[in-house]
Amino acid sequence: MGEYLNFHYDVDGENFVSAGQASVELKKTLRRLGLPPETIRRLSIAMYEGEINMVIHAGGGEADVDIYEDKIVIVLKDHGPGIADIALAMQEGYSTATEGVRSLGFGAGMGLPNMKRYTDEMQIDSTVGEGTTVTMTVYLS
Amino acid sequence: MKISTIKELLDADVLCGVESLEKEVHSACGSDMMSDVLAYVKDQAVLLTGLVNSQVIRTAEMMDMVCVVFVRSKRPTLEMIEIAEESGIVILATKKRMYEACGTLFVNGLNNTKD
Ligand SMILES: Nc1ncnc2c1ncn2[C@@H]1O[C@H](COP(=O)(O)OP(=O)(O)OP(=O)(O)O)[C@@H](O)[C@H]1O
Ligand SMILES: [Mg+2]
Repeated sequence: MGEYLNFHYDVDGENFVSAGQASVELKKTLRRLGLPPETIRRLSIAMYEGEINMVIHAGGGEADVDIYEDKIVIVLKDHGPGIADIALAMQEGYSTATEGVRSLGFGAGMGLPNMKRYTDEMQIDSTVGEGTTVTMTVYLS
Repeated sequence: MKISTIKELLDADVLCGVESLEKEVHSACGSDMMSDVLAYVKDQAVLLTGLVNSQVIRTAEMMDMVCVVFVRSKRPTLEMIEIAEESGIVILATKKRMYEACGTLFVNGLNNTKD
């Protein structure tokens, strides 16, 4: 099988203050596993951007992180409004974030492009009215 | 530059992380937009910001930053201080505004990006 670790996190969509907790937990775990600092940072930033997205755009969701010998796969799943035009959402600067979200320091439309930049593979599956699943893979050399 | 030097230059209060004041840092950035910090910042060790919420500390933590400076006399919440303590991040608070605080650090030599 090769898979040796799985971590599951629930991401609370009601609580902006606690947003990012799953990413903090993941980062601690990756450190404990002794992964290279640069790999940890890439995964942490990608996970954090995705986690914040689930909180500010989708009312929360869940994260599953599978750690294999040669790769780490992060799956972020929510039951929010979905993304109608994924190509548009992927564009730098595109954001539907409200003024309220912006005043909290987010909503520049940089998160999804940043997640793509920091991972080796990223796939978005989304259905309007049903939710969004973002799958990101980072290979360990 | 040592974090203790930043504290002196900005006449800042240390809100947590006293034990890390002798750490050396080589670069800094200033922003109220965490989205931009996450997207554009590379290897900067110090974040100056006027934004106060727990995501400032979490952003710093995700980016492996070691020090957050709150400008314009902004004060973080107790919860934020706890999060910072847990991740070993130093929190400073200064009366100076963003422009002056960044400028002061820059002219005193905190202007290199790490190679
Ligand atoms: N999980 C999601 N559910 C629904 N819509 C989403 C989700 N993630 C992203 N989006 C949509 O895609 C847009 C772009 O996302 P992206 O993360 O790039 O920017 P942002 O979250 O608006 O701002 P930033 O990430 O810079 O803080 C969002 O504004 C939103 O409309
Ligand atoms: Mg985002």
